[in-house]
Amino acid sequence: MFQSAASGGERDLTEPLVEIRGVSKRFTKRLDVAGKIAQRLGANIREETVHAVDNVNLSILKGEVLGLVGESGCGKSTLGRVVAGIHAASDGQMFYEGKDVATLTGADKRAATLAIQMIFQDPFASLNPRMRVEDIIGEAPRMQGIVSKAEIPQYVDDVMRKVGLDPSLKKRYAHQFSGGQRQRIGIARALAVKPKFLVCDEAIAALDVSIQAQVINLFMDLREELGLTYLFISHDLSVVEHIADRVAIMYLGRIVESATTEEIFSDPRHPYTKALLAEAPRLDQRRRAFEPITGEIPSPLDPPPGCTFHPRCPVATAQCRSTVPDLKPGRGGRETACLLEHGETV
Amino acid sequence: MTDTATDPALSSSLPAKVETPFQRFRAEFFESRIATGALAVFLIIVLLAVLAPWITPQNPYDLAQVSVMDGRLPPGSESFDGYTMWLGSDGSGRDLYSAILYGLRISLTVGLASGVIALLIGMAIGLIAAYAGGRIEAIIMRIVDLQLSFPASLVALMMVAALGKGVDKIIFALVIAQWAYYARTVRATAMVERGKEYVEAAQCLGISRFRIVFRHILPNCMAPLIVVGTVQTASAISLEATLSFLGVGLPQTEPSIGVLIANGFEYMLSGRYWISVFPGLALLLTVVSINLVGDHLRDVLNPRLKK
Repeated sequence: MFQSAASGGERDLTEPLVEIRGVSKRFTKRLDVAGKIAQRLGANIREETVHAVDNVNLSILKGEVLGLVGESGCGKSTLGRVVAGIHAASDGQMFYEGKDVATLTGADKRAATLAIQMIFQDPFASLNPRMRVEDIIGEAPRMQGIVSKAEIPQYVDDVMRKVGLDPSLKKRYAHQFSGGQRQRIGIARALAVKPKFLVCDEAIAALDVSIQAQVINLFMDLREELGLTYLFISHDLSVVEHIADRVAIMYLGRIVESATTEEIFSDPRHPYTKALLAEAPRLDQRRRAFEPITGEIPSPLDPPPGCTFHPRCPVATAQCRSTVPDLKPGRGGRETACLLEHGETV
Repeated sequence: MTDTATDPALSSSLPAKVETPFQRFRAEFFESRIATGALAVFLIIVLLAVLAPWITPQNPYDLAQVSVMDGRLPPGSESFDGYTMWLGSDGSGRDLYSAILYGLRISLTVGLASGVIALLIGMAIGLIAAYAGGRIEAIIMRIVDLQLSFPASLVALMMVAALGKGVDKIIFALVIAQWAYYARTVRATAMVERGKEYVEAAQCLGISRFRIVFRHILPNCMAPLIVVGTVQTASAISLEATLSFLGVGLPQTEPSIGVLIANGFEYMLSGRYWISVFPGLALLLTVVSINLVGDHLRDVLNPRLKK
């Protein structure tokens, strides 16, 4: 039957389950032969490098829900894919239960791979259209030898019931399900390899609001039942406030502030966090006019020097244009990447 | 263990039956009368070709059954052996009805065999290019570009000139002329499929590369491959006829449709139209019916054209 290593609901909020140190992810668009020739002849083209994730440190404690928030294009999905092992990091290290993932081999490596699973945003593209639900869910446990071949049908039924799907539908294909049900199939596929950590990349953004609530409740039920840890990536502040224990705010590939949910929402420190929270629609502020953050998110191809937020920051000083702030404790011990908070500006 | 309750509202709105992607495809395909008709015509042609030895009065390859006395008889004449030649006979005294059905056997064999072999080779090469990336991909795709910059008939002509006559050599030449179309199609589709989230999910689940390529990506590349395969098979059949017409394809003793058309060509001006026209119609009917099926397959299998 279905069980997880950690007994249900136990939370050990001291030991990091997953930790990343100095992780960067760059995507380089290399020039092809024609491009190289054009460059020789003086054309204004060069190899373009996107710093999607830039020197990020993050630790996620056993049993917690870490919300990762940022505008679209800030690199939060890329960071999630690096954590889930889909993209290899360009720099930096990742630790799972204290062990460097890159040094693991054989059974240990497989255990670490399977322990971290991902739930995707698009419930249509994330399921193979040519496979039946029973194969989508049952393939990995069979391949990985988690369950013997004879036990697979029973196992698939159990996992489907666990995510609120009727096992009698398992012979169907993904296109015969609604968006919310497809997302449940995606969750079942991840749960089938008994993970300890789920990376949810905008996992509810594509769903109707009524279905969003159901899926969030499913996540929370599973957390209690299986002792799961989550990295919950979202641009929706109200959802993150509802489910996260801790929140990290990301801007242009970097974490700019990290704190407990209460601290972030009651007392934001970084100017970007303040701006984000001020613009979040709230019922008690229905009548006020919204003032969007001025300017656009800069291109990660050509990030501004110094603090990357300075062109849009209302309180930026001259020093912000040249000095890159690290994420470290500033006033009141709160972790921010802001020179003003660190008391380093004059 | 507590189960999260199944929401009854979620399951009630679904169709009651399990619908496989193939069933859905089949239903959409038969919506078009033209395509259904074309498929029927093609199947009849295949059936006639397969049954040729049992439904024709003469074996045109058996010289003992071919009489020069019957040469160039008009349609409907009675042969020396006493059967009626409904489509007339050619210069060597072959009954055209028999010769066309036997010729179709060769044409279809050559078309299907070269199509399947080229598809398998092109598919493997295209998948390797898409999945390997980097230098291997660049080399493979430049070879494909080079090959596609020549007309297929020219490539086939050069191959046949070098290899000589015979069914096996023609098939080989057609494979060489056509594999690149499949390679390019598979690579393009595989690149798109590779970026989809279900492939990332499979990576995350620790499924092997080999299995991801062949069990996840490849089945999702089949739709454009089937379309290209149909159209390329039709073009292989007409390419074989072209080569035979030019006298470099199949020998006179094994007349394919192209050889029959070429044989009758010299009599066209003297009014003996049937020797060229009937084999020509058979070829036309075959190629057009395959192409109509292919066109409709493209409409059905392309999600962007879906209503």
